[in-house]
Amino acid sequence: MREVAVIGTGMTRFGELWDSSLRDLSVEAALGALASAGAETLDSIYVGNMSAGQFVGQEHLGALMADYLGIKGVPGTRVESACASGGMALRSAFFEVASGMSDLVLAAGVEKMNDGADVTGVLATASDQEVEVYYGATFPGLYAMIARAHMEKYGTTVEDMSWVSVKAHRNGAKNPNAQFRRLVSLEDVMTSTMVAEPLRMLHCSPVTDGAAAVLLCPLDRAKEFTDRPVKILASGAASSTLSLTHRKDMADLDVVELSAERAYKMAGLTPGDIHLAEVHDCFAIAEICCYEALGFVERGKGKDAARDGVTDLGGKIPVNISGGLKSKGHPVGATGIAQAVTIVEQLRGEAGESQVEGARIGLAQNMGGSGASSVIHIFQGV
Amino acid sequence: MPSPRYIREIPARYRLEAGRCTECGQVVYPARKVCPSCRNQNIEKVRLSAKGTVVTSTVIHVPPDEFLNEAPYAMAVVETPEGARLMTQIVDCDPSAVLPGMLVDLEFRLVREEKKSGILCYGHKGVPAGT
Repeated sequence: MREVAVIGTGMTRFGELWDSSLRDLSVEAALGALASAGAETLDSIYVGNMSAGQFVGQEHLGALMADYLGIKGVPGTRVESACASGGMALRSAFFEVASGMSDLVLAAGVEKMNDGADVTGVLATASDQEVEVYYGATFPGLYAMIARAHMEKYGTTVEDMSWVSVKAHRNGAKNPNAQFRRLVSLEDVMTSTMVAEPLRMLHCSPVTDGAAAVLLCPLDRAKEFTDRPVKILASGAASSTLSLTHRKDMADLDVVELSAERAYKMAGLTPGDIHLAEVHDCFAIAEICCYEALGFVERGKGKDAARDGVTDLGGKIPVNISGGLKSKGHPVGATGIAQAVTIVEQLRGEAGESQVEGARIGLAQNMGGSGASSVIHIFQGV
Repeated sequence: MPSPRYIREIPARYRLEAGRCTECGQVVYPARKVCPSCRNQNIEKVRLSAKGTVVTSTVIHVPPDEFLNEAPYAMAVVETPEGARLMTQIVDCDPSAVLPGMLVDLEFRLVREEKKSGILCYGHKGVPAGT
């Protein structure tokens, strides 16, 4: 297997982008990645996307991207793994370069959620239609059930979850691409509109349009394109029950733990070696579960991490310095790639006032469904 | 929902038919072809007791479009005495009172009306035990 590097990144602003179409967003992010590497062409494209068919009635995004990028004849494939589609697209691109099959491969992610669709209904299709959705389950509802199970098992409180949102917005306020660049107080979070008890609006990631892209090539060719390549040390992925209903323990995201074990093993690293992480905080409780499943804190101690500053900029292990899904926004198919963009910028020392000092190794964890898929990549600045 | 799918799912939804693994005894609802515990493919039909205990729960305030008229409503994962778990609404009580440990009976109810096809979708909902 060849060593693989990220040599270029691009992303659009995240938000309600009423003036931009799905294809506009895809092309903008991809052109950004190509330009930042000074690359003229590509060998292959993978695009992560959860549900363009339902959101805007458009499938077949691989060919669409190749066509609208004007790169004639290049193969394009859409990768779908619900909200983990972006991370899985990156994994596919990584495989194609590592295998020796292709040299320049684009991993992109895009979602256009604000175009009039029943967003709650579309997102719910990532859970189990027959077992859960039929009876009225929603995504926030499923994570609310995870939250209640975590509260029962570990004594986690609504206030603990609220500190995660306060931190997310403190970080996102500094991110020029974030959907919500503003601070929120603990009181704002705890008095925001109820969505699915015990989760309130400010415990939930928003509905977002956006795209992101990273360009990969073999590490031994990376210096042709950039002075600061970032090596992909590992890719680890796993699945769990599609339905939360069938999960043995609903308080712990077993899928995150399994994907982490695989990624750490491939990288030859332990949780203590990670300098910063972007994790899939689709809901505040998910970030708490991820702290534990990724081994950043002990099981049951995740609830204290955000309040105590452990995961803050300057803390022991800064998490979601970008603002996370909560403040940066969560265009579902783009999220996994946007996480990689953040980690790469950090490892290149290009993150400005959000820079984690001395960051050399970073982790990105992207999740699909109510914890049915998880994909983790570990990166190292070269 | 297309009507063939609705008809296909009637045994599970109307009669609470689940599958029991003839090898390890695990009961899964609805029935599957492969046991998720031991991968045995010999699965026998079993009808679940129409009762159980709430394992975890929520109250949905922002529903999908088809449930707009019902919000806020309680949903829970319920474990039956056979060890099967199913997700269902819990009704005929204060939604906020639906918490882990609550005992419920499962009753046959109208679940929703399918918007496109107009199919009336039936299934089970939980109610407080003994009511």
